[in-house]
Amino acid sequence: MNPPARLPRPVVRAATSASPAPAADAPLKIDVEHLSFFYGEKRALEDISIKIQANMVTAFIGPSGCGKSTFLRTLNRMNDIIPGARVEGRVCVDGHDIYGPGVDVVAMRRKVGMVFQKSNPFPKSIFENAAYGIRINRMASGKSELAGRVEESLKQAALWDEVKDRLHESALALSGGQQQRLCIARALAVKPDILLMDEPASALDPIATQRIEELIYQLKTNFTIVIVTHNMQQAARVSDFTAFFWLGRLVEYERTDKMFTNPTEKLTEDYLTGRFG
Amino acid sequence: MKARRTPPARKVLSALFVAACGLAVIAALIPLAFVLFFVISQGVQSLNLDFFLNNPRPVGEVGGGMANAIVGTLILTGLAAALAVPIGILSGVYLSEYRGSRFASTVRFAADTLNGVPSIVIGVFAYAVVVLPLGHFSTLAGGFALGIMMIPIIARTTEELLLLVPNALREGALALGATRARAVFSVIVPAALPGIITGVVLALARIAGETAPLLFTSFNNGFFSTSLTQPISSITVQVFTYAISPYEDWHRQAWAGALVLVTIVLLCSMAARIAAARVARIRGQ
Repeated sequence: MNPPARLPRPVVRAATSASPAPAADAPLKIDVEHLSFFYGEKRALEDISIKIQANMVTAFIGPSGCGKSTFLRTLNRMNDIIPGARVEGRVCVDGHDIYGPGVDVVAMRRKVGMVFQKSNPFPKSIFENAAYGIRINRMASGKSELAGRVEESLKQAALWDEVKDRLHESALALSGGQQQRLCIARALAVKPDILLMDEPASALDPIATQRIEELIYQLKTNFTIVIVTHNMQQAARVSDFTAFFWLGRLVEYERTDKMFTNPTEKLTEDYLTGRFG
Repeated sequence: MKARRTPPARKVLSALFVAACGLAVIAALIPLAFVLFFVISQGVQSLNLDFFLNNPRPVGEVGGGMANAIVGTLILTGLAAALAVPIGILSGVYLSEYRGSRFASTVRFAADTLNGVPSIVIGVFAYAVVVLPLGHFSTLAGGFALGIMMIPIIARTTEELLLLVPNALREGALALGATRARAVFSVIVPAALPGIITGVVLALARIAGETAPLLFTSFNNGFFSTSLTQPISSITVQVFTYAISPYEDWHRQAWAGALVLVTIVLLCSMAARIAAARVARIRGQ
């Protein structure tokens, strides 16, 4: 178990502006163009354009209320259930606009999984939690296949060894960190391409946080990960790219090592050095 | 730093307030205690095995029981539940899922109004829509009247309980590719299930004690009957009939019937609590 701080930095070509061009060697996964978001009359996000690369960890940072969570939730249309919410602009996942006409939102959410700030296991057994997405999407044809898939996802989320002897106990009996990893396993079980994580470790203690961060590092081989965090050290540890949001706008989007050592924007520098926020 | 002492006047005031609350609780419990005391002390005297096994005897013949009425009450409440539980729970789901819509607030207002309608009016309604077309009193009409009374209770209870389920559970299900209906019926309703069970049984307990809506729907029947299209006896109507009669023996039977009714309601409530606790324990809540 390497502490994430010592993990090797990925080599990506430096981006130069506040809206950097994608690195040439990584395929584009999510392409957001001129996205604005409204809660009723209030504009929460203003003209955001960002290109997120496949198999990378992209972190969204910024002060509370800057719109980073709202933006994350526009990436799998989780805001649809909020009355009065409205979106302008385009969000293309693998080249298809998820806000376009005739989009199957339910199928899209299966591809773009989400882990929430507060762990939200269903009041069911550990097994049933991990099996939920597989069942509702009819992804397993029999009991043994279902069990195999559950085991696989629990292993991917580094939870299997801790729960394999009590799969049929309540998920609510797990510790906070285990519950969050179960939620990650649950999301992974439906085999998404993208995993959106909304401050997944903010309610956890440092050891549980470290486990989640290690997990993120392992998962990016197979998944594209977008993580919202209010913890700048965490962004620096786990992400390849960082986007800094402020007052509903994307201020700077940059390779993480560059942003944390030599930010382009004065506002980013002020935030990173703790002058506000 | 030394904390300032609480002034004695405030302590006295606080103690007085607590005492007032305690007195209010006792005042509320006294009638309950008296009701239970009378029902039990009077009822136990006339309660015996015959009471459960025999039907009423004609005037002047001593003995007899309420076997037909006990079975009748069970059938009537069963019918009412069969009608009201599905409709009530589904309406509750609608009310909580579409709580912002104008139709939902209309339905909510209508349910609250229906909840406050005197039960005799419900009886008149059932008389008009079931008894008159069929041409005679029937078990169906009684079950219908009781079911109509149960629907708004169950709908509103279900709605309140579903609203208590954290929104995070809904989001979690949707994020896994669940449709809205799937999220509701596979995650949200099960999460609220212990409360919904309790709510349903409390509604049952309430309508099991109704007399007025049965007087001209299921009427009464001196004989043992399980037919849905014939009049049927019920504990409440039987107690009413006996209680207003001039016969000493019938008065005793009325007390015994009251005791049986109270016991049935109590057992139902206990069963509901146990069931709800068991469901909750399986889930580790």
